[in-house]
Amino acid sequence: MPGRYKKYKLSEHKLTCVSLITATVALALVLLIGKSNVALLNPKGWVAWQESKLIVQSVLIMLIVVIPTFAAAFFISRKYRQSNVKAAYTPEAVNSRTTQIVLWAIPSVIVAVLIFKMWNGAHELDPFRPLHAQEQPMTIQVVALQWKWLFIYPDLNIATVNFVQIPESTPINFELTSDAPMNSFWIPSLGGQMYAMPGMATKLQLIADTTGDFAGSAAEINGKGFAGMKFMARSSSRGDFNTWVQSVQNSSSTLTWPDYENLAKPSENIQPAAYASVQGDLFAQVMTKYMPEHTHQ
Amino acid sequence: MRELIFGKLTFDALPHEWFTEGGTFFMTLTGLALVIYLTYTKRWKWLWQTWMTSTDPKRVGIMYMVVASAMFFRGALDAAIIWLHQSLSSGSNPGIMNADHFQQIFTAHGDIMVFFVTMGFLFGLLNYIVPLQIGARDLAFPFLNTAGFWLYAAGAMLINLFFVLGGDFAATGWLAQAPLSELQYSPGVGVDYWIWSLQVSGLGTLLGGINFLVTILKMRAPGMTLMRMPMFVWTSLCSMVLVISIFPILTITITLLWLDRYFGMHFFTTGFGGNPMLYTNLIWSWGHPEVYVLVLPAFGIYSEVVATFSQKRLAGYGSLVGGAIGVTAFSVLVWLHHFFTMGANADVNAFFGMMTMIIAIPTGVQVFNWLATMYRGRIRFTTPMKWFLGFVSTFTFGGMAGLLLASPAADFQLHNSLFLVAHFHTMIIGGALFGIFAGITYWFPKVTGIKLNERLGTYAFWCWIVGFFTAFVPLYILGLMGATRRLDHYDTATGWQKLFITSGVGLLIIALGTAIQVIQIVVSIRARNKNRDETGDPWNGRTLEWATSSPPPHYNFAVIPKVEDRDAFWVMKQKGLTKPKRYEDITLPKNTASGIYLSICAFLVGFAFVWHINWLAIAGIIGGIAVVIIRSFDEETEYVIPAAEIKRQEERHAPRT
Repeated sequence: MPGRYKKYKLSEHKLTCVSLITATVALALVLLIGKSNVALLNPKGWVAWQESKLIVQSVLIMLIVVIPTFAAAFFISRKYRQSNVKAAYTPEAVNSRTTQIVLWAIPSVIVAVLIFKMWNGAHELDPFRPLHAQEQPMTIQVVALQWKWLFIYPDLNIATVNFVQIPESTPINFELTSDAPMNSFWIPSLGGQMYAMPGMATKLQLIADTTGDFAGSAAEINGKGFAGMKFMARSSSRGDFNTWVQSVQNSSSTLTWPDYENLAKPSENIQPAAYASVQGDLFAQVMTKYMPEHTHQ
Repeated sequence: MRELIFGKLTFDALPHEWFTEGGTFFMTLTGLALVIYLTYTKRWKWLWQTWMTSTDPKRVGIMYMVVASAMFFRGALDAAIIWLHQSLSSGSNPGIMNADHFQQIFTAHGDIMVFFVTMGFLFGLLNYIVPLQIGARDLAFPFLNTAGFWLYAAGAMLINLFFVLGGDFAATGWLAQAPLSELQYSPGVGVDYWIWSLQVSGLGTLLGGINFLVTILKMRAPGMTLMRMPMFVWTSLCSMVLVISIFPILTITITLLWLDRYFGMHFFTTGFGGNPMLYTNLIWSWGHPEVYVLVLPAFGIYSEVVATFSQKRLAGYGSLVGGAIGVTAFSVLVWLHHFFTMGANADVNAFFGMMTMIIAIPTGVQVFNWLATMYRGRIRFTTPMKWFLGFVSTFTFGGMAGLLLASPAADFQLHNSLFLVAHFHTMIIGGALFGIFAGITYWFPKVTGIKLNERLGTYAFWCWIVGFFTAFVPLYILGLMGATRRLDHYDTATGWQKLFITSGVGLLIIALGTAIQVIQIVVSIRARNKNRDETGDPWNGRTLEWATSSPPPHYNFAVIPKVEDRDAFWVMKQKGLTKPKRYEDITLPKNTASGIYLSICAFLVGFAFVWHINWLAIAGIIGGIAVVIIRSFDEETEYVIPAAEIKRQEERHAPRT
């Protein structure tokens, strides 16, 4: 019966060629872009550094099984092609129990290693967990609005919009909430993201190891101003930071509740701004807006 | 008074933007052309009797494929618009549309590709193949089956209706994340169209799930024990178990969202004690298993294809079955990995990360067993086999990306980025869609009696593979560069533009591949005399669907086969096929239009709720219930084909072995 099939051309060579070409193109693309542009492979803080390490190590662990799988796929396809009549052919063979145990064991072992790394990473890099450093940690409260970010420095009593300056090597305890749909606060150069949600406070601990300007964004779809909801995170030396705080405090603007309500109205592509002082515990006030006992009034 | 009759529907709802006008124009034109063609060729009666009211799962299956193909072109057009906009919209260039419109398009793209393309193709294949593979003549509930199909079709119409009336689709992402999808932030009718198109088609899916579960469990040919079922039947069974487990969650979740929007309730609102996190949990406890609903049957197709074209018994059948059941079980325990960033504590995140990673084990075992099947086989590299190898090379990359995303600490960086977008496209295209393509090329000769052109199939395959990597590798890189998904605009300084453009080139190559696939079908059918397969078994197949003629007769099998082992048809062939000595009368279900009436009612209910036309909604609900009651009193739902007629047909059409 098999006689009536024409011999199909072996496509495995082509498959390999294309895979290789694609891999080369991908690599070329990475080189073309330059490593420095790839934020996740170019971390600027301890958290981002640990996370990128986890990503790279996990990939390497997986390659231990992926590369042999590809090689096996290639050689099996090549050797047992129909035109190679010299190769062994056992049409009725089914695998032995031992083979099956091995086939289950291989991915199990790799996944076990990955789970081990994952479990440690999840705990060590828990965004709620305070970071340890020589400098005292600093709290910055973040409110996601439609469509801009409001940063409040409770200890310094200043506030900024779409711009946040932090001293380098200082653990920053971001407290996040939202006065808008759910959102996600992300500075890729410093570390992973965390949701900002109405009526709740989440935490994100980040630290910058160097000075520099890092792009920050809203990562969760939140309406038409979504793409313009960006901010700059500037890490500077302690001295420069203090100078900046001084200059903000010397300006005259105050963020009162009516000002805040005005700011909270939907607006897009907002330029950075700063407030010399903030009236009351604005962050808590924003949160209680959504508490059941307040909304019922 | 006007509001009582028309609800919120006014003349303002008519199209007044270029894309709604264009959509309306195109749909009207297509409809008109179809009406003219059918009238001119006098095919209305034929269409109604042979197709629309048919309870034959083979015909229903083909109708699923037709609707899914049409929706595929709609979804692909969305993808092209998304790419064009993102390639241009950098710096001072605003792109080709505003943010709101862009967001509607990617929302529609996701929903259409998942609910109406992939699901449609799968139900099409299931309808056609599962009864044949288990040696049955029909499904357990033929009426439910046509009702399920027509509900799916009604959902597909509802999701496109916004072009004509309303001009506004959900701009919330494909799962309408609350509270963005609440009235406060999405006041238009877009989210309502989303709710009702999913609600109506979701009901159809649930009915289909129940039907196939019962069919597979109760209607197998004598001798076909569970452990003798073909792998496609096994994975379909697993997929249907998932459908039954999870689609009620979807129905309830979007009903609650609708209650919020329609009656001003507060399940998922930001204030008044509403909890948007609950929505996120519920929608993903449906949403993640849904991915496996799509991928599991594709795994079954790969098992069939690999065994057939390696001309060897499937290796590790027990492992493959165990793996499929394992994937099914674990898939409902992983939903939280979609929001590691929502602030759950490290133990919770790590638990769900672990569950997610464990799924990789049975998945890996499946791939290994397919390779083990090829080992010491005689591999024929036909188009379906190429799709399988394409699947291995893409899915492995996607799986690696998936394992990264399963690690909470890595996910904090990769979540909501284009890396994630690239990952799930790799899984859905490389996993499910390539499987569907493999299935279509594998079973096309069964459905039509015509083999597809191999050369064109190979060209299409290479276009898809090259295009796929060109389109999605840049997205992985963009994600690593910190590009979030769903951006309608970005700064020039980011350096992302060239990657977006590269990705678009990939899309063009894929489009070329799709065009070749269409040409392949047209060319193969035109040259049907050359490509015809008269044996019913063009691939030297192993399972029962190849035991009938191509296309199979109405009744599938003149005599129900007796199954003695796995690979039932293979075993029969080895023992030598014999002609049946005598035939018996066959009872088959009659045509029914009740499914169509039911889905018209469901469509009207959905439409009425979108526009707050309460009387119409009530009328639709009463109408739907009435249709079901009337149908249940219809005692004469079956007809008998006399043995003599079967003998006559068999002698004319039976496989010439």
